[in-house]
Amino acid sequence: MFWRVEVSRKTKDPFAQALKRDLAELGIRDTGRISVSRLFFVQGDIERDTVERLAAELFCDAVSERYEVSADAVGVRDVEVLYNPGVMDPSVASILRALEDNGLAGCQVRTGRGFGFERRLSPGEKRMVVDLLLNPLIEHQAEPGEKVFVEPEKYRFQALTVNLAGKTGEELDRISKQGLLALGREEMAALQDHFAGLRRDPTDVELETFAQTWSEHCQHKTFRGDIEYGGRRINNLLRSTVFKVTEELNKDWCLSVFHDNSGAVAFDDEWAITVKVETHNHPSALEPYGGAATGIGGVIRDCLGTGLGAKPIMNTDVFCFAPVTTKRRDVPDGVIHPRQVMRGVVAGVRDYGNRMGIPTANGAVYFDEGFLGNPLVFCGTVGLIPRDKLVKRVGKGQRIVLLGGRTGRDGIHGVTFASLELDQESQEFSSGAVQIGNPIEEKRLADLVLQARDQGLVGAITDCGGGGLSSAVGELAEATGCEVHLDRVPLKYAGLTPAEIWISEAQERMVMFVEPECVDRLNELARAHDVEATVIGEVTGTGRLVLDYQGHRVADIDMGFLHKGWQMKARKAEWQKPETPEPFVRQRQDLGTLVVKLLQTPNISSKEWVVRQYDHEVQGTSALKPFCGPDDSGPTDAAVITPVRGSKRGCVVACGLRPRYGLLDPYWMAASAIDEALRNCIAAGGDIETAALLDNFCWGSPERPDQLAGLVRAAQACYDIAKGYQVPFISGKDSLYNEFQTAAGQAVPIPPTLLVTAVSVIPDVDRTVTPDFKAPGSTVYVVGETLEELGGSEFFRIHQGLGGSVPRVDAARGRRIMKALARAIRNRLVRSCHDVSEGGLGISLVEMAFAGDVGVGVRLRKVPGARRFRRDDFLLFSESNTRFVCEVLPRHRAEFEKLMRNVPHAAVGRTTKEPELVVNGLGGDEVVRLDLARAKKAWREALTRRM
Amino acid sequence: MVRVCVLFAAGTNCDQETVHALELAGAAATTVHVNEFRNKRANLKDFHALVVPGGFSYGDYIASGKILAGELVRYMKDDISEFHAAGKPILGICNGFQVLVKSGLLPAFDHLFEEQTVTLDWNDSGRYEDRWVRLQTAGTSCVFTQGLPETILLPVAHAEGKFIPKNRPALDRLQKRAQIVFRYVGPHGQTAGYPDNPNGSVGGVAAICDPSGLIMGMMPHPERFVYTHQHPHWHRRRSASADGITIFENAVKYAKQNL
Repeated sequence: MFWRVEVSRKTKDPFAQALKRDLAELGIRDTGRISVSRLFFVQGDIERDTVERLAAELFCDAVSERYEVSADAVGVRDVEVLYNPGVMDPSVASILRALEDNGLAGCQVRTGRGFGFERRLSPGEKRMVVDLLLNPLIEHQAEPGEKVFVEPEKYRFQALTVNLAGKTGEELDRISKQGLLALGREEMAALQDHFAGLRRDPTDVELETFAQTWSEHCQHKTFRGDIEYGGRRINNLLRSTVFKVTEELNKDWCLSVFHDNSGAVAFDDEWAITVKVETHNHPSALEPYGGAATGIGGVIRDCLGTGLGAKPIMNTDVFCFAPVTTKRRDVPDGVIHPRQVMRGVVAGVRDYGNRMGIPTANGAVYFDEGFLGNPLVFCGTVGLIPRDKLVKRVGKGQRIVLLGGRTGRDGIHGVTFASLELDQESQEFSSGAVQIGNPIEEKRLADLVLQARDQGLVGAITDCGGGGLSSAVGELAEATGCEVHLDRVPLKYAGLTPAEIWISEAQERMVMFVEPECVDRLNELARAHDVEATVIGEVTGTGRLVLDYQGHRVADIDMGFLHKGWQMKARKAEWQKPETPEPFVRQRQDLGTLVVKLLQTPNISSKEWVVRQYDHEVQGTSALKPFCGPDDSGPTDAAVITPVRGSKRGCVVACGLRPRYGLLDPYWMAASAIDEALRNCIAAGGDIETAALLDNFCWGSPERPDQLAGLVRAAQACYDIAKGYQVPFISGKDSLYNEFQTAAGQAVPIPPTLLVTAVSVIPDVDRTVTPDFKAPGSTVYVVGETLEELGGSEFFRIHQGLGGSVPRVDAARGRRIMKALARAIRNRLVRSCHDVSEGGLGISLVEMAFAGDVGVGVRLRKVPGARRFRRDDFLLFSESNTRFVCEVLPRHRAEFEKLMRNVPHAAVGRTTKEPELVVNGLGGDEVVRLDLARAKKAWREALTRRM
Repeated sequence: MVRVCVLFAAGTNCDQETVHALELAGAAATTVHVNEFRNKRANLKDFHALVVPGGFSYGDYIASGKILAGELVRYMKDDISEFHAAGKPILGICNGFQVLVKSGLLPAFDHLFEEQTVTLDWNDSGRYEDRWVRLQTAGTSCVFTQGLPETILLPVAHAEGKFIPKNRPALDRLQKRAQIVFRYVGPHGQTAGYPDNPNGSVGGVAAICDPSGLIMGMMPHPERFVYTHQHPHWHRRRSASADGITIFENAVKYAKQNL
């Protein structure tokens, strides 16, 4: 027998109201009153009066809620949503703690959501409601009488081997495919040879270990393998581009690059800043909330797993979606509508990041139809670590300790799934790869890890991410070898096979290597934080990976072969420049209307709906926030934080991405992304001399020669442009196979996308600036040259065109510009500064004006580069790189101009009292006169209205 | 030296900046895990003031602050009663306010740990929101707010901050006894709607105290405004001082007088 406690609200219910709105949009109206309730199911040795007391004191708020206790009832509301068996319910651990506080240890709990509708819904309506309320990958609609607490089946050990000997290539392919191993034929053949030499078959655990370790996700085989491109062979694309620039620049403040879980740069003599950005695209496509939450959870653990543990001090989040206004009929089967994806992703990041107490202070949201079936979710974490804690030490005899959450069947085959294209069936077969996170489990883990680090207990640490224990332990013990007892791993429920335990990607777990004499102290600390800590094995020094389960040896692999034995056929890359003509755009007299139209486009309009939901100020370090201006509504270019309390030394964090340019030429797409990240960083007060970059490539299948060629071109741009700017890369990650099979069976790759994140350490956050104009009567400068480069622009997009003239980057000149501007800002000569990006000068100017409630008047004729233009609209909306708009007080003009003497710049106008944007065209006539209040309203409300 | 206990539980996440604010205000602040009180390894008597900081204690999974509130009642009831009787101040910020309300330490009309009479409900928007708000100090005898200017600016960041009294008499009682410490107001000090009142709080109530003025709970975060460069408009015009620090200085000053 079990109890049901249903809690519903007595007061106004914002959730019922929101649901009503969503239903109306689906055409379900006149539902009458909608009730939303929270369900708690409790099973255990417990009487009704105790349940009543719990309901009154624990589950229900005495002022705003009411409750109802019943026995044995489930599935009684119109719609009742429960998690599927085995899916982790993050609230359960907290509730069990509360029950234990109440002397009720040993009870079981599950939660659910109930929905009631005053009007009876038709079966068709009900189906739509259920589709809206639950994701079948993780939840289901409870049936009356359903067994809420299911006892999992026990597992009895069976020794399993996979016969590879004598199999043909086709048979090997089949074995790989059936086992979801995602290993290529050469690799299966290599395994066949290897085990033939050993005169035995691999065990199931061994085969899985190879599949995980050799996955694209873990090895980056495309980037590290051979590529034939343009008549030559590139060996290791990453080493010959992104790594190379860092090596050549050889900056002494780059403390740890490309080998640990994050890159690290010096902050001051004592501290280092670490940064890592990850993607979680496929999981977010299938289960947006859980996918995004576990994405942010994973990158936070990367931070904790850097060196001997870095403290997460800031998160960044960048998303690419299809427009939220996409018509339902244009959304293929098996794809979640982009608005629902966006809501889920934002909520996932919000609920995880906010609970962890890490400010989400920088990011971007980019919209393009090309992300319909395959959205992109980038999650980054900036960390702080003492410089003397950056090096891990792995040594024989160290104990291998598993910390944090328990292991379940969740997330099995996540990394191999990442190397497969999404198709309609992805939703079914890959459901194991989808999870939801438990931020409080991770918060406890983080509290513990940082204290253990400070007490000197950590020899080495890494997170359990893709590949689970197999990757975490396998990588840390690569040089030494280790022995792990899989039966010691604490499980969420019985029934897991040794292979499942080894590769489970259950969240909120980390692995620590600890000297034997430190184990007791670690255990004590873990108890104080309510974290489970278990010694599961030890470092051996044999160079072998040995796994035992209940006394059976289930794996015994040579570490050298495991890490070096992967194979990859040379791949062909072939570049074909797309033919995309410039669209015809009729010239108009009044460009103000176009400014307003651009302000409302998805990529330019305010992202306030997203950003306000993030706690961007927790930890009290924020010195430049996501919004500026007297009413906190204008945009800013970068986040600035003061990582060390009591010090004004700062860290500037910014990003850049230009997916639409990727459709024209991935080289200039990548170049523009780097330029944008750097100019955002500089515009806020960053320094080009201390700037460092991170790369995140998101691409379609590298097995397509044209996609691979784009990747090569983008990587080459990374080298060329970063070298020109003299800015090193410190970390990166790639996500390939971002394609989606349409109903017609056609695979569509996403627009080639490189996200670039830039960080820069500055001595004093007082020397930063925001984009809002500060006062009338200042001189307005444009720094940098405008060219007729409207290919891929937002201006062409609103004219239903793509165009061909993609913006280019002159990095050597760009460096001069950014150096001069950074100096001017440092010398307090710039009152406000904004970079020029989507929508061009017209948008930068109007944003600065309405952000500050200060008007502006400019003459296009004066803009550097204007003499090459014949059209006002092209000049006003061109998206050329390396440009800034600056506000300078009249008394600082001479000094400002002196600093700018070697770079393109010009005074183009003045700030004014009248709250208007006024632009005079090349011919001197007025082409824009726009009321700022109207412009601001259009910009601010465009997205919010549609969410 | 004034010693302040900053209470910590799984999910607490504003503890370090709160400790920093207290240190700036001249106190020695220590984070103490609630497990230490649960296992009787810590003693509240060792401290002169108590702060329950912001965060998501236990994930706020049942309702914000609910589980930690239960633990205050179960494991710290006598200690807190004694603490209060000794005239020592208690401050709850954001999640800490939710904890104080749900454990019956606020508004504590008749006694500490009384039945809950007010709550902090879901924001009208149904969402978590982070924004700066304008607060009117309501002229109470609350020890934390002495000497503050008439209006101050602080950030709020919460999903469940809508103040609701159980009934009309409860609100009247709060007003009559001057237990309302801060109200959300518009730019001209007027009662205002969203977003000036960020969550739909009844009467714009942002903070309340107990009748003695020794216990205060507030939704806004004073520990996030202890330096002028934390203010969102400092690039336009720098304020002379950071309003949040005054609240901690008041606590320390008061505790010092009563050492």
